[in-house]
Amino acid sequence: MEIQTNTCEIPARNSLERFYYDNKTVRDFGIACVAWGVISLLVGVIIACQLFLPRFYPDFDLGLSFLTFGMLIAIHTKGAIFAFVGNMIFMGVYYSLQRLCKARMWSDTLSRIHFWGWQCIIALAVVTLALGYTTSKEYAELEWPIDILITIIWVVFGINFMGTVLTRRVKHLYVAIWFYIGTLVTIAVLHIVNSMELPVSWMKSYSVYAGVQDALVQWWYGHNAVAFFLTTPFLGLMYYFLPKVANRPVYSYRLSIIHFWSLIFLYIWAGPHHLLYTSLPDWAQSVGVVFSIMLIAPSWGGMINGLLTLRGAWDEVRTNPILKFMVVAITCYGMATFEGPMHSLKFVNALSHYTDWIPAHVHIGTLGWNGFMTFAILYYLIPKLYNTQLYSKSLANLHFWIGTLGMVFWTVAMYVSGVMQGLMLQDFNPDGTLKYANFLETTMQVLPMHIIRAIGGTMYLTGMVIMVYNLWKTAKQGSFVANEMDEAPAKERPENDAALTGYFRHRIVEGKPMIMLALATIVILIGGMVEFIPLFTIKSNIPTISSVKPYTPLELEGRNLYIREGCNACHSQMIRPFRSETERYGEYSKAGEFVYDHPFLWGSKRTGPDLHRIGGKYPHSWHFRHMRDPRSTSPGSIMPSYPWLISNKLDTRDTRASIVAMRRLGVPYPFGFENEAVDDLQAQALKISDELKKDKITIPEDREIIALIAYLQRLGTDIKGEQTSEITK
Amino acid sequence: MEILLLLIAISLAVAITFLIIFIKNAKAGQFDDMYTPAIRILFENEKTTTTDTHGDSNKHMRDSGKE
Repeated sequence: MEIQTNTCEIPARNSLERFYYDNKTVRDFGIACVAWGVISLLVGVIIACQLFLPRFYPDFDLGLSFLTFGMLIAIHTKGAIFAFVGNMIFMGVYYSLQRLCKARMWSDTLSRIHFWGWQCIIALAVVTLALGYTTSKEYAELEWPIDILITIIWVVFGINFMGTVLTRRVKHLYVAIWFYIGTLVTIAVLHIVNSMELPVSWMKSYSVYAGVQDALVQWWYGHNAVAFFLTTPFLGLMYYFLPKVANRPVYSYRLSIIHFWSLIFLYIWAGPHHLLYTSLPDWAQSVGVVFSIMLIAPSWGGMINGLLTLRGAWDEVRTNPILKFMVVAITCYGMATFEGPMHSLKFVNALSHYTDWIPAHVHIGTLGWNGFMTFAILYYLIPKLYNTQLYSKSLANLHFWIGTLGMVFWTVAMYVSGVMQGLMLQDFNPDGTLKYANFLETTMQVLPMHIIRAIGGTMYLTGMVIMVYNLWKTAKQGSFVANEMDEAPAKERPENDAALTGYFRHRIVEGKPMIMLALATIVILIGGMVEFIPLFTIKSNIPTISSVKPYTPLELEGRNLYIREGCNACHSQMIRPFRSETERYGEYSKAGEFVYDHPFLWGSKRTGPDLHRIGGKYPHSWHFRHMRDPRSTSPGSIMPSYPWLISNKLDTRDTRASIVAMRRLGVPYPFGFENEAVDDLQAQALKISDELKKDKITIPEDREIIALIAYLQRLGTDIKGEQTSEITK
Repeated sequence: MEILLLLIAISLAVAITFLIIFIKNAKAGQFDDMYTPAIRILFENEKTTTTDTHGDSNKHMRDSGKE
């Protein structure tokens, strides 16, 4: 507390310097990690229950808009990834980086800004997502003001991180630091490129990319968010904390270096495997597949390196709960990185995509690899920070077993459910008709699996609660060491240290030019992309199918509601070119149909059926009844009801701005159309309301449901009745 | 589909950046020593106020006959 910088004493050459590690930031990130972790996993359990409870209690969601699956799943994934895992990354990085560099974090002020800024982002995320402010792009749902805040806080972290690296007292950069650097650089680039959006109002924006292009950017981001947020930083943590806990060096340091450099060059190309059999050009899909398969090599190299670190120490795994957590975590890393490439094989993907198999794969990674590694580090660090022993080893063991069992229940149930539903949806009768023509029949079959999944999730969460108690007791019995003293020889002179520092002689100032350079690069990067990307992408949105027309203002507003309610969390809009899909849903989806879709809404999971050809399939009254009470039209449905769409008046204040924004993004609305947009909207709404009257449903034309019906009835109708051969030229 | 070219360009830029960092650091000798860094991180300063939860920190080294 007295000493605030790592440059407190002026050393003679190579003399010992005394300095203090900042443990406060480490501890605070740890507390945030646990607190947000419990919240996001609780939300996870709630949404797991929502996938079977409506079968038994149709009013489970209480008719509250912020409690529907579509809303909560965004909060769950944001919470688990960026709050639970994110805060653990920062806790682990702030702890290990200081020790590996033998230096205090570069700036205490930046550490505080980073900590509070990140918590502020998460709190804002929870509130805005619950209110329905979302871009709909998975793992990047947050609206543009929060995107800017994320960029700023990430840069603050970057400066603090690089400042520490550049003023370090140890010449060699331990492999963990390389993994952290990889994370730092790549996440910045991914976030900026994928968050390119044109604001319409304070909390609404449209992606500058459209349709297929938006999908490709999104999954380039989505896949690499997994790679560089959930994987590389945790590998860095593994390479630091596993040797520390096991008290033996990593099996092969050379392999760990190879692991890093090969991973970093391969990962970034694998994104297209999320879009197999979609409208993405085939060659791009194949590139994604090839790189995904190659990824097995570095991933398994890393897993084996981790497990072999324990050679000769396996007896300790019996008694040390921290090592148990780590062994399961590393094993799960191996399982997930084997399964990922397998899912990238087209014939496996044809079955597994859109099914529960994908959440199973994801949760092996997050519950197993990220979750268990997080628990291990918490059990290791909290006693260290509080200068005491862990309160109860047996409670930690209990947590390990209940967590492992919970994970097994979760994933096995979802494997079964995924494969079963996938096979059922492909099944034909001998006469060539679909065996399960009604999608709901397959949903009914997997409901027992959804119950088991919720039980597994509850067990995993119970384990976490036990951990909270254990860590709380541990903290109570110890005394917190906010500034931990250490000593190290003064840094070697920079003539021998060209690594990153360049040619600056004095280590107090040498960091600054590099940081200025890094900042300048980021600014140039953002500026360049803002200028360049819209120009580049808008031109290529020239319609390829002449019958595809822009949405009417009412349909556009309906589409905004579809995004707000998170419909794309359960419904895809991408029919793959399989007979089982064209029989069920209709003509397969063409790239040219999505040229006005800012953002794309293909979805990635079919909890309900695909909606791309829903337009014109049912009368308006069916949609009205279905949204008011899904079970009145589809008995047994697990979809929530949306009564507020019927009572809410449609907000048309931004309609004009939306039309202008869309035109700037290349959608060919005629000039001046924005002035007639609201009139056009009301005329179309009146027509729909009149048609509903014929079916004895009286509803004012100014309600939200009218806009949503207009959008749903429009979906996929542009190319109806045209010859496929003419379209796909 | 110009976006493909753009993403390839950005991905290549990231990859080349890392390649340059790698070559520069390899030349500066960052990867010359592939043995001691792994062991060095295990040593904790005796003067630190934290206690070693594993007692004798060199026990395994002696047991396994290394060092």
